[in-house]
Amino acid sequence: MAESHGGAKGPATNAHTEADGGHHSGGFPPFESSTFASQLVSLAIFFVLLYVIVSKLALPRVGGAIEARQNRIEGDLAEAQTLKDQSDAALKAYESELASARTRAQAIGNESRDKANAQAEAERKTLEEQLAAKLAEAEKTIASTRTAAMSNVRGIAADAAGQIVQQLAGVVPDAASVNAAVDASLKG
Amino acid sequence: MKIDPIHQFNIEPLFTLGHIGNQTIAFTNSSLYMLVAVAIISILMLASGTQLVPGRFQSVAEISYEFVASTIRSTAGAEGMKFFPLIFSLFMFICVSNLVGIIPYTFTVSSHLIVTAGLALLVFFTVLIYGVAKNGLKFFSIFVPHGVPGYVLPLVMFIEILSFFLRPVSHSIRLFANMLAGHIALKVFAGFVAMLGFSLGAIGWVGGVLPLALTVALYALEILVAFLQAYVFAILTCIYLNDAIHPGH
Repeated sequence: MAESHGGAKGPATNAHTEADGGHHSGGFPPFESSTFASQLVSLAIFFVLLYVIVSKLALPRVGGAIEARQNRIEGDLAEAQTLKDQSDAALKAYESELASARTRAQAIGNESRDKANAQAEAERKTLEEQLAAKLAEAEKTIASTRTAAMSNVRGIAADAAGQIVQQLAGVVPDAASVNAAVDASLKG
Repeated sequence: MKIDPIHQFNIEPLFTLGHIGNQTIAFTNSSLYMLVAVAIISILMLASGTQLVPGRFQSVAEISYEFVASTIRSTAGAEGMKFFPLIFSLFMFICVSNLVGIIPYTFTVSSHLIVTAGLALLVFFTVLIYGVAKNGLKFFSIFVPHGVPGYVLPLVMFIEILSFFLRPVSHSIRLFANMLAGHIALKVFAGFVAMLGFSLGAIGWVGGVLPLALTVALYALEILVAFLQAYVFAILTCIYLNDAIHPGH
């Protein structure tokens, strides 16, 4: 490579290159076999060192950090999922609770309405009965009063008839015949 | 003003670590940039916090993790995650050292064939040893494709075996050549700007706008290439490992 390059540049450059190459014990550095042993030993030392550092320290460390992050993300996602499930379940429970409460409220409403209706009916009935009883009593009183009044009227009529007969005929009539006469006229 | 696009690849020993045979083992500028890459990756991955809601710094670390993990899962399946540390190390090491290397005056570790070859051979032997250990001789059924007529089977097997053993070559040269060529091209075009300016004066500085614009465009491309080559290296590793994990395919 050095030779072809030098050739392209002409004799002057070629001389330079050769002089320079001569300074470093001849030729193209990558092909100088005297440096091979040093480079191989260095490579062995540093590559083994690097391998040990990488395999024992670096990769477990960085891999651990990546894995920890992965686990954390998965854990968080799982936790979010369980929380979501819980909230879904709670929502479902709430809805069923609400539905049952609604039906219960309806039942209670119906029941209390029925009860109130029944009570009102019963009260009305007792009140009607009381009123009917009072009415019957009042009618009885009226009837008895009328009977009494009627009997008084008979007595008064008999007296009045006896008096009238006495005044007109001057004869005290027989009470029995007066009564009979009054009764006959009342009936008539 | 001369253009020396090769200088940036020089290996400079900083201090000597020891000797193996007659070879001197030195801590070089390459070693330093390997250390820089390891340090940057360690800081990124270890100092970035582990918050539930990540900050910017932590996001970069986690995106790197997820990116490599999903690459493995999509190419080698869930069983491929056994090799997560290996592939993560390869990807981050190449990506970070490439991105550091693109900063001017730094050194690019993967611009040297020996380094990419070392990594590619590591993958090759991992595949071979794991494949044989897990599947026994059944592992070698990857060389015998299904539904091939008997008379061409020897030829196909020959090609399959050859391509298997050439894998580390293509695996390493792809990365090496991309980084090398990109850095040379950048250096050449950037060098033109200075060369034109110093040799032609005012006209040269005006004329230098063109190579400068090209350098900026190339720079953007090289940032993409730096990441892309790391990704290609990692995904090829996954595909090769997939053969070892599931040899039936």
